[in-house]
Amino acid sequence: MSFWSRHKIFETNSIILVIGVLFVIAIGGLVEIVPLFYLKSTIEKAEGIRPYTPLELAGRNIYVREGCYNCHSQMIRPLRDEVERYGHYSLAAESMYDRPFQWGSKRTGPDLARVGNKYSDDWHRDHLNDPRAVVPGSIMPSYPWLEKNELDMSSVSEDMKIQAMLGVPYTEDMLKFAISDVRIQANADDPNAVDLAKRYPNAQSRSFDGNPQKVTEADALIAYLQMLGTQVDFKLYDNKANVR
Amino acid sequence: MAKLWASPHQERSRPMAQTATTSKGMTFGEGGSALAFAALGFLSIIIAAKAYTPEYAFHAYLFAAASVASVFVIVNRYFERPAALPPLTINGKPNYNMGPVKFATIASVVWGIAGFTIGLLIALQLAFPALNFDTSWLSFGRMRPLHTSAVIFAFGGNVLIASSFYVVQRTCRARMVGDISPWFVVLGYNFFIVIAGTGYLLGITQGKEYAEPEWYADLFLTIVWVTYFLVFLGTVMRRKESHIYVANWFYLAFILTIAVLHLGNNATVPVSIFSPKSYIVWSGVQDALVQWWYGHNAVGFFLTAGFLAIMYYFIPKRAERPVYSYRLSIIHFWSLIFMYIWAGPHHLHYTALPDWAQTLGMVFSVMLWMPSWGGMINGLMTLSGAWDKLRTDPILRLMVVSVAFYGMATFEGPLMSVKAVNSLSHYTDWTIGHVHAGALGWVAYISFGCIYCLVPWLWNKKELYSMKAVSWHFWISTLGIVLYISSMWVAGILQGLMWRAYTSLGFLEYSFIETVEAMHPFYIIRALGGAFFVAGSLIMAWNVWKTIISAEAAVEEVHPAQPALVAAE
Repeated sequence: MSFWSRHKIFETNSIILVIGVLFVIAIGGLVEIVPLFYLKSTIEKAEGIRPYTPLELAGRNIYVREGCYNCHSQMIRPLRDEVERYGHYSLAAESMYDRPFQWGSKRTGPDLARVGNKYSDDWHRDHLNDPRAVVPGSIMPSYPWLEKNELDMSSVSEDMKIQAMLGVPYTEDMLKFAISDVRIQANADDPNAVDLAKRYPNAQSRSFDGNPQKVTEADALIAYLQMLGTQVDFKLYDNKANVR
Repeated sequence: MAKLWASPHQERSRPMAQTATTSKGMTFGEGGSALAFAALGFLSIIIAAKAYTPEYAFHAYLFAAASVASVFVIVNRYFERPAALPPLTINGKPNYNMGPVKFATIASVVWGIAGFTIGLLIALQLAFPALNFDTSWLSFGRMRPLHTSAVIFAFGGNVLIASSFYVVQRTCRARMVGDISPWFVVLGYNFFIVIAGTGYLLGITQGKEYAEPEWYADLFLTIVWVTYFLVFLGTVMRRKESHIYVANWFYLAFILTIAVLHLGNNATVPVSIFSPKSYIVWSGVQDALVQWWYGHNAVGFFLTAGFLAIMYYFIPKRAERPVYSYRLSIIHFWSLIFMYIWAGPHHLHYTALPDWAQTLGMVFSVMLWMPSWGGMINGLMTLSGAWDKLRTDPILRLMVVSVAFYGMATFEGPLMSVKAVNSLSHYTDWTIGHVHAGALGWVAYISFGCIYCLVPWLWNKKELYSMKAVSWHFWISTLGIVLYISSMWVAGILQGLMWRAYTSLGFLEYSFIETVEAMHPFYIIRALGGAFFVAGSLIMAWNVWKTIISAEAAVEEVHPAQPALVAAE
């Protein structure tokens, strides 16, 4: 019986063909994906990584909603020009709470992995309203509705509960104060800002869109952008610590 | 319009039905699906009433309306139909069920034009940002997923469903399994497209490329897809031929693998049944690899395996030559599906994904070049002894050029997956050019060839209304593709080089915005190429329409398996 005639079994029996296909396609995926959940070296430890504040999370959801990932990556590769242009290369730990991940695949606009604290809030607000007002050659769409739309925070604690269920370390307190934390963070000089900073170290709180009257979608999105890539202090980060 | 996809013999058999109504009963499928749709309609109305957002309520109402319409259609169809279901054979010849195939064929033409046109719009948006009109649903970030989904899943998906339902029946010489289920597959799939597309415009998205539809759309698609698999497999099992034809291996691998990928990459937990929002169970680096395991194999199985099945049926059929090598097709099949799965990590070179995974992805991507070219050779060499037909048959020309583009894109892909090349090409428009070499050159061209073959066969016409129009379509779109991919090559490589350019003093030479401004002329050339491609597809739509309504009917002998003449029900 030649090699080729052995193939007959797949050609004459549809169930065996189905099983054969499932077996063959399972191998690659299993070998590449499963170890990522077990190998400790997949996500090396880094100091300072914390879950998103409710306002930042809401902002992140707006980032997803508007499809920012279609033009902006959030992944700095360890290449000389990228590190000089954008900052320290991205660590796996920095996106460990990202659901979904937003590394992106295209840089029609610049990488945003470390855009936090690079520009002022006013710059971001003006830029989102009309990118060409601050960067004449920009081809980014304008997002004037962000500053006008009031932020829908009705489901923010539910959002966090689901994330906690999936393994994000949100504490009871964080879930309990979710909505008030949104208001605290979007407000300059809120007396409770201290509590917020205790729950979420280094959380920046102020009126991000310059309008303290209401919490807008722009507040949330700018709060998210301003924290991007700022959690790890690279003056203290030891890139050899994880080398074995 | 409804008569457009009704089989002629069904129409003629109506009068006979009156006499046979006495023993008529509702089938399990009719009763069951009517009940299921009624339940879905009821659930949708509850969800609509309690939805967290108006956008989600809108979708729930669409589900409710579609469910009510389905119940109505199923019951109405039951009262209209003759007592006996259509026979499996008529005078010993298979009684093929081509209604759903006709619907999906027309849908693919319509979605194709929509998807290409949206592509043209977003290409112009990148050249002239004013075209975003400062309007949320028109902005690039929401339109781009609409474009990709419209061309891949709406246009490509309908071509795949139409051709697979056609090919599986013809090569198995058996009527498709199921009475309502094939229609559920076709209509349900297109309903999913509507939900997905309107969702993007309203800002409902998972934010994962090529997997943007939210949890409820994914869930619905899962039901449609399982039905698709069962109809396809059931038809294969009903075959009158002892061997399963090679095209069906590829269709089966495509259907199965897409199901596995879809489930893996859309493993989300909804915030609430009343919320459109869900969160994925994978996060960060794991989510990234699951996403590109999905994303790359959406290319590998949706856009490659499925369309290779089209190649393996339509090219031999059109050229009237057998497939070049049976052994090559065996090697091609197993090595392609085995290796493709490994290639995903090449989308994540130099990222925070562990190095070992990147290297594995690169090695398999380079190896993948061989099965890809094996398939190309098998397709091209099928024309041995029939090469002269390229001069006279523009449809065959479309398909052969598509296989050539397949060869080009599957050479370029492994090249770009090499880490050193990828460090330059990644994040640039080179990737966009590469994707379109495959999408326009390979997927769309083989689809056009398939549609041009199918339409006369399905509507029982001698030939297309105008072969000259096919030639025009071919040359206009080819010009469009050339403009598209060459402008993106130049743009992408220029972009990559500008990003890493240094001055003699050791500073980065260009600010980011300078690299954006440098793209402007190429974005205009690309949009021009896209406009040519849209123009070509409009010619096709016109030609298809004229063929259906006015081309000369085929004589019986040309397609003996079209049982258009006997009213046997």
